[in-house]
Amino acid sequence: MSKEFIKGNEAIAEAAVRAGCRFFAGYPITPQNEVPEYLSARLPEVGGHFIQGESEIASVYMVFGVAATGIRSMTSSSGPGFALKAEGISFLAGGQIPAVLVNVSRGGPAIGTIEPAQQDYFSAVHAPAPGGFRCFVLAPQNVQEAADFVYEAFDIADKYRTPVYVLADGMIGNMMEVVELPKMRDLADLPSNDSWRFNKYNDDGTARILSTYMPMGELMQNKNKEMAAMYETWEKEEQRWEEYMIDDAEYIVTAYGSSARIAKSAVKELRAEGIKVGLIRAITLYPFPKDAFDKLDYTKVKKMFCAEMSIPGQYIYDVQNAVLGRSEIIPIQTSGGVIMETDMVVAAVKENL
Amino acid sequence: MEKVYDKVSFTSKTSPTGYCPGCGHGTAHKLFASALEHFNLRDKTVLIYPVGCGGLAMPWINVNVIGAAHGRAGAIATAIKRTNPDNFVISYQGDGDLAAIGTAETIHAANRGENITVIFINNANFGMTGGQMAPTTMLGQTATTAQSGRSLEEHGAPLRMAEMIATLDAPKYVARFALHDAKNILKAQQGIMKAVELQVKGEGYSFVELLSMCPTNWKKSPADCAAYMDEAVLKAFPLGVFKDVK
Repeated sequence: MSKEFIKGNEAIAEAAVRAGCRFFAGYPITPQNEVPEYLSARLPEVGGHFIQGESEIASVYMVFGVAATGIRSMTSSSGPGFALKAEGISFLAGGQIPAVLVNVSRGGPAIGTIEPAQQDYFSAVHAPAPGGFRCFVLAPQNVQEAADFVYEAFDIADKYRTPVYVLADGMIGNMMEVVELPKMRDLADLPSNDSWRFNKYNDDGTARILSTYMPMGELMQNKNKEMAAMYETWEKEEQRWEEYMIDDAEYIVTAYGSSARIAKSAVKELRAEGIKVGLIRAITLYPFPKDAFDKLDYTKVKKMFCAEMSIPGQYIYDVQNAVLGRSEIIPIQTSGGVIMETDMVVAAVKENL
Repeated sequence: MEKVYDKVSFTSKTSPTGYCPGCGHGTAHKLFASALEHFNLRDKTVLIYPVGCGGLAMPWINVNVIGAAHGRAGAIATAIKRTNPDNFVISYQGDGDLAAIGTAETIHAANRGENITVIFINNANFGMTGGQMAPTTMLGQTATTAQSGRSLEEHGAPLRMAEMIATLDAPKYVARFALHDAKNILKAQQGIMKAVELQVKGEGYSFVELLSMCPTNWKKSPADCAAYMDEAVLKAFPLGVFKDVK
């Protein structure tokens, strides 16, 4: 496999094409513009289609329509755009339509900043839209992972017939790194969609109706129970995290995405000074890697630290919910485009030894 | 003896469309279903149904259906047709859907000249939610959210979607018909046939607006509604073919 020096947004776009994505619709917003720009030229080369929607809303519904015909489809945006896409994401979940959503996140609230931030955690993990559904959420920490996770997201989406959300940030999207891009998938090898795509008639000639409207009796409740059972399966089988120098750690830093990469550098510096510190990096944000926190020996853990580029904190609530009071958790936070620095994490740990 | 009339083969033989007596939706459904059958399109059809009364006939018509969110049919139709050009893509939308919350999607799909067929039911109110003011509610017409009647000063004039869309370069066929009597229904059938044929030939975007009675929310008998159509509705929304590119 050859390696390429490539920008995060372009790696995301190329990885999608290699995963078999043949449709993309999106709307300009910084800091993700290279995703649609790249795909506008690249998708036609492989027989795919690109549409610049008249809005974020139109774009997500374009993906809704095409993904419902069984074609691997993706949209991308940043926080404000995801607010506008929210209803459409709910339709993807309610319609059980596989699709990939990439958020190259920026600072907020509102227009906020165009610089990197991790302020869309609640939005991605807990409340992508009305109705109480979940997206499967993956959080890359560098360009390689952004490419790998987007690539795999299409398989997860197909496996569970769900929207899969890749929560990156403006740093990952705009940084150039050396990346080994995944191999080009042969569309013929993709899983068959004949059993569910709505634009195919049933074998007995009856039509397929893809409707998220279920007004009669307990239909909607039963559907919601099915979805809840799927989410339980994810929680049992799909949690992912990375552990770094955990075994003898007295202090544990936890973070995800770009913050985790920065926190890891801090852990290395602290270890060099003989401080027994380790890192837990959440890779899936939903299902949240609770098991990583459950299996800690809290008799050895003196303090925990939760680093995230969000003020007020968001990720910290899920960490607290996993730690369940077994350790003090000290927040380390930046926000609004202020990038977390290794020194900040190092200083916070040292102040609390 | 030659059989001169039959139900459309892929519509229900037993259940009704589900609309109120005097409503135009049932007639509109019969017309577009007949056109699909005429061009032998049933097996290719993707029907995009709206939020609102338009979707009530879902169990009546046996074609593949995707339920759009309110207003989004223009985007969904665009993308499905581009990626599945062998499908016949028809969107069926009411006036709240197409002319209020979905104005952007409607205009942009038309302006791109997508090779799709749009059937627009204009009954001058939000039907399913109980008769609220629509962009198409006429001046002076009462609605549950404009109880003294629509006023020019407060609400602006009703939107004439067919005329607006006809100003765009790309659309190939834009017309408005009415569904309140046999003569007009026959004309509407011809217009819908034309719109369907355009997509079959790959010639581009067509938009057929159908003025429909809404006895329940107009609070009139069907007969009085038909009279009101001639007295008021057809004056606010003149019938005609606004664009027909050869």
